[in-house]
Amino acid sequence: MTSADYLPILILILIAAPFAGIAILLPSVLGPKNPNRMKQEAIESGMIPFADARRRFPVQYYMVAVLFIIFDIEVIFLFPWAVSLNQLKIFGLIEMGVFLGILLIGYLYVWKKGAFEWE
Amino acid sequence: MSLPTLDFSLILPELVVLITALLVLIADLLWPRAASRGREQAPAVLALAGLILAGLLTLLAGEWSGATLQGMLVADALARYLNLVVLLAAALGLLLSWSYLPHFSTQRSEYYALYLLAVAGMLFLGKSIELITLFVSLEILSIALYVLTGFHRGQLAGGEAALKYFLLGAFSSGFLLYGAALFYAATGATRLADIAAQNAGGFYMLAGLALFLVGLGFKLAVAPFHMWAPDAYQGAPTPVTAFMSVGTKAAALVALFRVVQAAGSVPVGVWATALAFLSLLTMTLGNLAALRQSSLKRMLAYSSIAHAGYLLVGVVAGTAAGFDAVLFYLFAYAFMNIGAFAIASLLERPGFYAVQDAGIHAADGLFGRRPWLAVAMAMFMLSLAGIPPLAGFFGKLYLFAAAVESGWAWLAVAGVLNSVISAYYYLRVVVGMFMAEPSASAHLRLPLPASATLAVALTALGTLLFGLLATPWFQGISR
Amino acid sequence: MLNYSWLILLFPAAGAVINAFWGRRLGRRGVAVVANLAVLAALIMALIMAAGVRSLPAAAHGRYELTLWQWIGVGDLQVDLALLIDPLSVVMALVVTGVGFIIHLYAATYMKLDDEHHPLDARRYARFFVYLNFFILMMLTLVLANNFLQLYVGWEGVGLASYLLIGFWFHKPSAAEAGKKAFIVNRIGDFGLALAIMWLFFLFGKSAGSLGFHDLFAQLETLSAQNSPALVGITLLLLLAATGKSAQIPLFVWLPDAMEGPSPVSALIHAATMVTAGVYMIARTHPLYEMTPASMTAVAWIGGLTALLAASIALVQTDLKRILAYSTISQLGYMFLGVGVGAYAAGIFHLTTHAFYKALLFLAAGSVMHALHGELNIDRMGGLRAKLPRTYAQFLIGAAALAGLPLLAGFWSKDEILYITYQKNMPLYIIGLFTAFLTAFYSFRAVFRAFHGAPRDHHLHDHAAEQPAGMTRPLWVLAAGALFAGLIGIPAAVGGLFGVEHSHLLEAWLHPVFANVQTPHLPAWWELGLLGASSLIALAGLGLAYARYVRQAGWALRLQRLFSPVQPLLEHKYWIDEIYMAAIVTPLRRLARFFYTFGDQTVIEGAVNGLGRVTAGAGVAVARLQSGVVGLYALSLLLGAVGLLGFFLLFG
Repeated sequence: MTSADYLPILILILIAAPFAGIAILLPSVLGPKNPNRMKQEAIESGMIPFADARRRFPVQYYMVAVLFIIFDIEVIFLFPWAVSLNQLKIFGLIEMGVFLGILLIGYLYVWKKGAFEWE
Repeated sequence: MSLPTLDFSLILPELVVLITALLVLIADLLWPRAASRGREQAPAVLALAGLILAGLLTLLAGEWSGATLQGMLVADALARYLNLVVLLAAALGLLLSWSYLPHFSTQRSEYYALYLLAVAGMLFLGKSIELITLFVSLEILSIALYVLTGFHRGQLAGGEAALKYFLLGAFSSGFLLYGAALFYAATGATRLADIAAQNAGGFYMLAGLALFLVGLGFKLAVAPFHMWAPDAYQGAPTPVTAFMSVGTKAAALVALFRVVQAAGSVPVGVWATALAFLSLLTMTLGNLAALRQSSLKRMLAYSSIAHAGYLLVGVVAGTAAGFDAVLFYLFAYAFMNIGAFAIASLLERPGFYAVQDAGIHAADGLFGRRPWLAVAMAMFMLSLAGIPPLAGFFGKLYLFAAAVESGWAWLAVAGVLNSVISAYYYLRVVVGMFMAEPSASAHLRLPLPASATLAVALTALGTLLFGLLATPWFQGISR
Repeated sequence: MLNYSWLILLFPAAGAVINAFWGRRLGRRGVAVVANLAVLAALIMALIMAAGVRSLPAAAHGRYELTLWQWIGVGDLQVDLALLIDPLSVVMALVVTGVGFIIHLYAATYMKLDDEHHPLDARRYARFFVYLNFFILMMLTLVLANNFLQLYVGWEGVGLASYLLIGFWFHKPSAAEAGKKAFIVNRIGDFGLALAIMWLFFLFGKSAGSLGFHDLFAQLETLSAQNSPALVGITLLLLLAATGKSAQIPLFVWLPDAMEGPSPVSALIHAATMVTAGVYMIARTHPLYEMTPASMTAVAWIGGLTALLAASIALVQTDLKRILAYSTISQLGYMFLGVGVGAYAAGIFHLTTHAFYKALLFLAAGSVMHALHGELNIDRMGGLRAKLPRTYAQFLIGAAALAGLPLLAGFWSKDEILYITYQKNMPLYIIGLFTAFLTAFYSFRAVFRAFHGAPRDHHLHDHAAEQPAGMTRPLWVLAAGALFAGLIGIPAAVGGLFGVEHSHLLEAWLHPVFANVQTPHLPAWWELGLLGASSLIALAGLGLAYARYVRQAGWALRLQRLFSPVQPLLEHKYWIDEIYMAAIVTPLRRLARFFYTFGDQTVIEGAVNGLGRVTAGAGVAVARLQSGVVGLYALSLLLGAVGLLGFFLLFG
């Protein structure tokens, strides 16, 4: 592959980047601006913020987030596998079995260790 | 679509290590109370058994040859040798952990599982002949080591070290990945053999190799990518330091060797010269910094950096003799370095909240307290300094001889001068052990757990035997 | 018979190991027995080796090489752990084990007390003998080596032993300081040796396939040009190494301070054996020197000037052991002079006789020191003859041999060196002869000041008592050596008078080693005349000392006043220590401090102090986002990556 092959990508970037910029820029220039105090409040899912955003919060959030990502990715792996399963046949089944098995051990481990218990 | 042929027999040792890691985790789940019933060491026993089994499988595997798993891994003589080095280092480090770990943590199974994962990562790295596999192996070993570095949770230094190691490690992985991407851009291949076959030149290959060197140089603790190493080595539990300072280097060197071979289109003059300067910088910096350390462990950390510089000399030489010398040195280094860290760990006073580091004078008067230990430590120090007839001397000899033969005389001279500098701080420890009186805190009896004693005995024996039997062993490697 | 020679290394090694690990359990008596037996066994082995060398077939040229272990094989190079047994190495082994054994015997009693005359505890007593046995082992490794690398191992080993033993009274700051000084000064010399070996390897290693002495010397023929620059460089580096170990100009400064070690150490290491290693090495590598006359001349001049310089300093010293130390340097200068003018056998001869009388003098001085509870200043002695009759007799014999009084050991060997110097280099002969006069003077100055006259410190004198037999008895053996060792080297001219042919036994013995070296000879009557001149010079020195210190003759005192302007110069040892301090040590220390402040404090500590000047100066946003330290680390990584990338792209 030579760099010439990447030319379409470059062209795409050159077109896409201004487009995105314009899409952000135009409303802020053209749109009506009518600020008041309520509008300028920072907003978090409709809740009115009551403290600084940079504060400590329970480590369990992290745990759940990390675990979520792990098993999320596990599912993502399942999709291409499922699509080509009729070609992979029994071999693919075993492979996925091993993969899920390893994750299952991890799952059992975090469960037993109490990572899912909030308190 | 034809199904891939997977020959698992060629990665049997790695599989054994991986499965052992899982077993260690499961065992903890199934018998959570075992710890309190006099079976504290069950995970360690299990892990050690796994390592030994993997070692035996490596030894008994017969002639390994050929790629496996669709050309992602290769089982060749190089990989086999690396397996032995890493497994040896791991087993020795594990013996140290045996008595060291209980001082600060109750989470044995996690520790040993992570430890085994790191081992598996190193083993896979040594067998990787494909960019993605290589990267994944590197990450497996790195992530496990990040956690192990900070495993002493009561200690701030450990956490700090782990965080630094992690941040910089992630940073350097980025470089490596970018290098891999450029290789792919240049050749459209990820298998090293295909990359070599393409023989593509030009910007992408050059830049790719440069970035690869950054990534691997980081793992090797080559200056100027070494900054993490003193902190991480000092902050990590000593057995982990001992293990990773040897294992990571060994695996990364093999990977470096393979990558450099694959990037055959890059002129030798370029990468070898670059590596030569890195090597010079690394050993000089490591040795000079080691001169002024007040902590034994940190001194050894800098000495470990300096040794990365020596090891690079063999890669610079670029010849078979050069890399044979690297392999020989790795074995010698496994013995003498782990031995030195072993004794450093025995001199520490670990506690649940903080480890009192062994100062540079902690070994003072050791000869009067534990004469055998002092003799062993003297052997490690002298061997690290490269004084005959010990293993380290021959390692350096082979390295520098290879460098001279392929026209890198100045680098060899720089290496020799560096060994002279290094002799100063190594000998200072030796002199302290035999001549000085013990420091005030040393009146307590020095405990000597059986497992650690075994580790020291094995490393001392190895340091001596590899010196006395250097020639036959080296000839064995060359074949 | 010779194939068991390796036992000579095994015995002292075993002694050291046994005492190291079971010394405490053995007790002091057991330790002494083990250490002494080890050296005795080595001595017997050396005698057996001597017999073995005698009975070698003529074709062997008196040389037997015993390979114990193939040690290194890199490519074409092969280095073995092997013993070279020839007349030269056997002489050295005999001196080392023979004198070593006597000194071990003496030390067994001497070391029961520490430097403050309290009983020395068993652990440190054992440690002392471990070091001493280790020293014997390393010294034998050095002299029996058949290749340069093994020589280097021994060279470093004896250096280590010396360093450990100088600092044996480590709680004395002066002893620790002296140990450090010896260590550092010797490093300079060792560096020379290492470089010389590497150079030899580059030059001949490939073609010779080894670092063995005889394999390398066989390659010398390939160097057609005499005085080839490389060979001059190598020999000068070897000379540098020799000046370090053998305390010659410019590296002699460590030896006087080394007297901080216990007296047996001074006798064994810093007089009889280790310091002669330089002479031995030059004799061993004489084929190299024979091809480089320039280096030979350098050796001779260094030797001659050192002899003179050290003897002049010894004139004014008041510390008994320091006088002996300077006399050792001076006598080593004679040996250098000898090998420098090609009189290798004479140099080794002087080495042998010197080992006897200098060990005797040091041990006798040790006895005096013990008798006076550590006092070594001869200004506070006087009149000890009656109190310490045996020690007096022994010291007197040693001093007479040192002074070169006719028919004693030192006379024959020193005169042979002067005899050949006379033919080769007239200025050096005159220097040598003048030094002989100084030697006789300061030797008897020490004798008269310490043992004759009225006691100057009555307290010391009253408490002085003869030392136990364990210490005095072994010295008689050395005294016999000081008296009669010269008989192995009676010059042919003298032997001719008595109708004895081949009277110079040592020369005949060493002949196979130095067969290729031609020694010039003068007519017998001329040689006898030179002998007479030497005798007169020695007697003149004795006479002057007698006139000045016993008779207090007016003319002698006036003579001294005449020389009083140079006295401060001598007393301060020509300010050489101070010069070295100002010219070398201080700048180095400054440099080290610079690196320390710059390297450690500015960079490392600066970084540790968080967002210090360094980080701020770098002005990197990354650094401010993370903690200062990691940012700096990452910056280093980044800069390295950029540098590497730049290098690849520029040169690729």
